[in-house]
Amino acid sequence: MAGIVGYGAYIPRNRIKSEEIARQWGKDPQAISRGLLLDEKSVPGLDEDTITISVAAGLGAVERAGIDPSVIGALYIGSESHPYAVKPSGTIVSEALGITPEVHVADFEFACKAGTEAMFVALGLVESGRVEYAMGIGADTSQGAPNDALEFSASAGGAAYLFGKENLLVEVLDTYSYTTDTPDFWRREGEFYPRHGGRFTGEPAYFKHVLSASRAILDRSGYKASDFRHAIFHMPNGKFPLSAGKQLGFTKEQLEVGWLVPTMGNTYSGSSPTGLAAVLDIAEPDDLILITSFGSGAGSDSFILRATDLLPQRVERAATVKSMLEGPRRYLTYGQYAKFREKIILND
Amino acid sequence: MPSPRYWRERANRFRLEAARCKGCDRVTYPARTICPSCRGTDLETLNLSRKGKVVTSTVVHVGPSEFTMEAPYAMAVVETPEGGRLMVQVVDCEPSDVQPGLEVSLEFRLIRREGHSGILCYGHKGVPVG
Repeated sequence: MAGIVGYGAYIPRNRIKSEEIARQWGKDPQAISRGLLLDEKSVPGLDEDTITISVAAGLGAVERAGIDPSVIGALYIGSESHPYAVKPSGTIVSEALGITPEVHVADFEFACKAGTEAMFVALGLVESGRVEYAMGIGADTSQGAPNDALEFSASAGGAAYLFGKENLLVEVLDTYSYTTDTPDFWRREGEFYPRHGGRFTGEPAYFKHVLSASRAILDRSGYKASDFRHAIFHMPNGKFPLSAGKQLGFTKEQLEVGWLVPTMGNTYSGSSPTGLAAVLDIAEPDDLILITSFGSGAGSDSFILRATDLLPQRVERAATVKSMLEGPRRYLTYGQYAKFREKIILND
Repeated sequence: MPSPRYWRERANRFRLEAARCKGCDRVTYPARTICPSCRGTDLETLNLSRKGKVVTSTVVHVGPSEFTMEAPYAMAVVETPEGGRLMVQVVDCEPSDVQPGLEVSLEFRLIRREGHSGILCYGHKGVPVG
């Protein structure tokens, strides 16, 4: 059986509070906090991007796996903020991790589910026997236009998953994908900020795909919500994943460990993968875990996972999500945030 | 830093590859082919730990034009447990907090952009531990 042999995550240290953004635009901070359940979000530094986040997360995955990185046969990075339009992020990441040159590399894009897309393909290559180890990464320095609802959530971070067949930390019991053409959120070539369909992003997009994928994998596997210790659903805001979980029969206790969005924000392709990393940091042997991503456009990937006896022994080999969320942080003013997100244009 | 030189140095810059002299044990970063201490030529490659201590530091208030957005910023000589020394920016903190003895982790970061449309140059920077 194939599964996860190593994982790692990274969240930048910079933060901005929702009330600081609300103050800038004359909005009611309490309404934002109540409506979207967002307190603060991570912000990338001027020197942090999808590539640096991927390297940091990938190093953690290699550390926890305890393998020579040169045996990794495939590396896929899912993101909607690859630094280059033409030149794969994966080339730089695989060089920095010591994986090159015998490796198949590609950058993936599928809005917020590009990370689980990379994981899905990496897992498939290992299951088929084509490669011994494969890494799938979801990372983003998410874009949100000033004074748009997305500005309160779009954040930075990511997680890396290394798949193999021996010394599993987590078994992958089943996977399922659900995809339709649904134009709820998009960014055209050359545009800096994404556009979205407002309320259209809810029922016909997020909920239709997340609920359909989750119900299908539960039906197919024979598991029910109460069998799971933890569940993670993509986190565009605080409310959506809680509502999806409730509709599927999950309790708040099953959702809360991976529900990072109130203090991390929405890391787009890194969102549900980082939520999964937070769960793996505290999971116990035999815990069943459900993760369902969502990517606008639109689609969802679901995975049913089971923790092994080895998982708790490997957690401390790399930084935990909690240590990054609750560790050293720098709170920014809106002016500093605008500078860090390069919303200020200087003369040459 | 022209692109070809950056590309040639990627093992040093990306993976902190250094050299240890088998004759006198001196660790040099970036890796060299001749030991600067004993002139020995029998060296082995090693990857430096991604951590170290600040040996000395300064704060740059007026940097090159590419670093306008980052000024003021701290530059430091950091020594790793293997004895390798490298000059890095120390970030994610107040520049004035970067003093000798400060423990830092060495993290992979974007160092500079070659203009608006050129390549992106990556390497390591120091980040205070804890």
